[in-house]
Amino acid sequence: MYHKTGGYKVFAVFNYIFLILVALSCFLPLLHLLAQSFSSKSAVNGNLVTFWPVEFNTDSYRKTFSNSNFTGSMLISVTRTVLGTAISMFVITTAGYALSKEFRGRNALMWIFVFTMLFSGGLIPSYILITTLGLKDTLWSLVLPGAFGAYNLILIMNFFKTIPKALEEAAFIDGASFFGIFRKIYLPLSLPGLATVGLFIMVGHWNSWFDGILYMSDTNKYPLASFLQTVVVQSNAQSMALSASEAAALSEKSLKAAQIFISTLPIILVYPFLQRYFVKGIVLGAVKE
Amino acid sequence: MAQLLGNPIAREKPERPEKLEQPLRNPWGKEIRKSWPLYLMCLPALVFVLIFAYGPMAGLVMAFQDYKPWLGMTGSAWIGMDNFARIFQYEESTQAIINTLIIADCKIVIGIIVPIFMAILLSEIRNVGVKKSIQTLVYLPHFLSWVTVAGMMIDILGLDGGINHFLASVFGTKPIFFLGDPELFRPTVIISDLWKNFGFSMIVYLATITGIDPSYYEAAEIDGATRRQQIRHVTLPSMLPMIIVIATLSLGSILDAGFDQIFNLYNPLVYSTGDIIDTYVYRSSLLNGQYGFGTAVGLFKSGISLVLIVISYRIAYKLANYKIF
Repeated sequence: MYHKTGGYKVFAVFNYIFLILVALSCFLPLLHLLAQSFSSKSAVNGNLVTFWPVEFNTDSYRKTFSNSNFTGSMLISVTRTVLGTAISMFVITTAGYALSKEFRGRNALMWIFVFTMLFSGGLIPSYILITTLGLKDTLWSLVLPGAFGAYNLILIMNFFKTIPKALEEAAFIDGASFFGIFRKIYLPLSLPGLATVGLFIMVGHWNSWFDGILYMSDTNKYPLASFLQTVVVQSNAQSMALSASEAAALSEKSLKAAQIFISTLPIILVYPFLQRYFVKGIVLGAVKE
Repeated sequence: MAQLLGNPIAREKPERPEKLEQPLRNPWGKEIRKSWPLYLMCLPALVFVLIFAYGPMAGLVMAFQDYKPWLGMTGSAWIGMDNFARIFQYEESTQAIINTLIIADCKIVIGIIVPIFMAILLSEIRNVGVKKSIQTLVYLPHFLSWVTVAGMMIDILGLDGGINHFLASVFGTKPIFFLGDPELFRPTVIISDLWKNFGFSMIVYLATITGIDPSYYEAAEIDGATRRQQIRHVTLPSMLPMIIVIATLSLGSILDAGFDQIFNLYNPLVYSTGDIIDTYVYRSSLLNGQYGFGTAVGLFKSGISLVLIVISYRIAYKLANYKIF
């Protein structure tokens, strides 16, 4: 009965304290950001804000939403996320269904898909390809290159494999086609799995920042994550050359905090749904036959 | 995430039954008449893969050219292995390779040990509510983008940021330039990466611990084993297959130091210790126009990674019967 020994009790107390501190460390930076975004400029620059707003006001948010660059890039992000997720899900579910069956050439196809996880052409060839295809500076450059993901394909394929074969055989006897079975049996039955993968793809699109910087020559066409990257990171790299006090005077920390927080809010909002599924989803997706 | 694929803890090793179960092959004509919907359903994915994954691979010929955008791949001069030779002539690129190896290695080692340790500690928490809350909080950073995290880090770790403020008031230290000091940049990168991802990496270990048969612990208990002995002789051995798989598969990321993170955190002050292969490729080619050279550096990296990944999958299959699909 180790729970009753004195040594274990001491350990348990320290364990609780340690893990709660670690957990807080994952959350407090966001709270700090939120507090900064609702505080006055002078309070933030004077380092007076910790986890609660000082001189509460919503100026930063009003400024952010009246900035057409910000709202414009937000719209681009929403469009690419919706469009990109829809295309990805179509491509991955159809192929995932087909590859969960046995047919001649299946293994060869599977290797063609899986090889993309092991090797890639790299940055420059991809950039040249997008330019050559004329996709540069269009929304398609953010949506099409990543539409297919071998990892997601395997997850979905494994979900489909868990659906009992008897259902399909019965439907075949009733005269259903492959397409009918896919639409009426496989898609509805694997909805939790599809939701998980869909959410992952959405989060990926929303957070994706480098493709915007790479493929868009005009900052007006940046998705939100790329816009944020220029505001938060690039402006900082430039101000590194200045002295600390000059940099502090130049940067509008509360405004930056508001922009970062708004960009992160969709992720925080879908996180509870994401969390409910991803542990189960990943474990389930890993079970085969 | 790729490491979570497949089923690492398959208990029995099947004696290759796939070969026996496979039905007799139809001739192509008959097979296409029967399964054409399946071929059709693979088509969209195949088109995407051929264009956007295999298309860039064709562009790898640039690695052997003095590529000029206005001449294209057909018109640019072929220069053999010159681009590859230059990788080791330039001080900047050799330094980037060294930095990549150091940063990636530290990330891999710490990123395996800490989640194991944390999973064991977390499994000792008996209050379900507290346990769930801790899990919810520690998984969260994995889903934030590096732009967001870098934004927060620049603020918190800045010269007049929260951490320096705290250190100054408690220990009276001088402000520390975490992101601008070459000596501190690597630890900062490695620790922040750990902070962001340890929770997510912990999931597989937690699942393994939950799956351990309680009767092992009961038996150990009866034999008078202390909790520490139980962890050492029951928990850890049960986790070993999973640990082996994850450690083996991480071999493939030995040249992957994390472009998203470094790109958002580094600056010219820390190029000497923080510049990695991927950021160097970006600067040397897209900013300075050395496309052929950039492609060669990229190919150097992905070629070595491919070999390592194939080896690691083979080892993982041998040791733990792990299969990708």
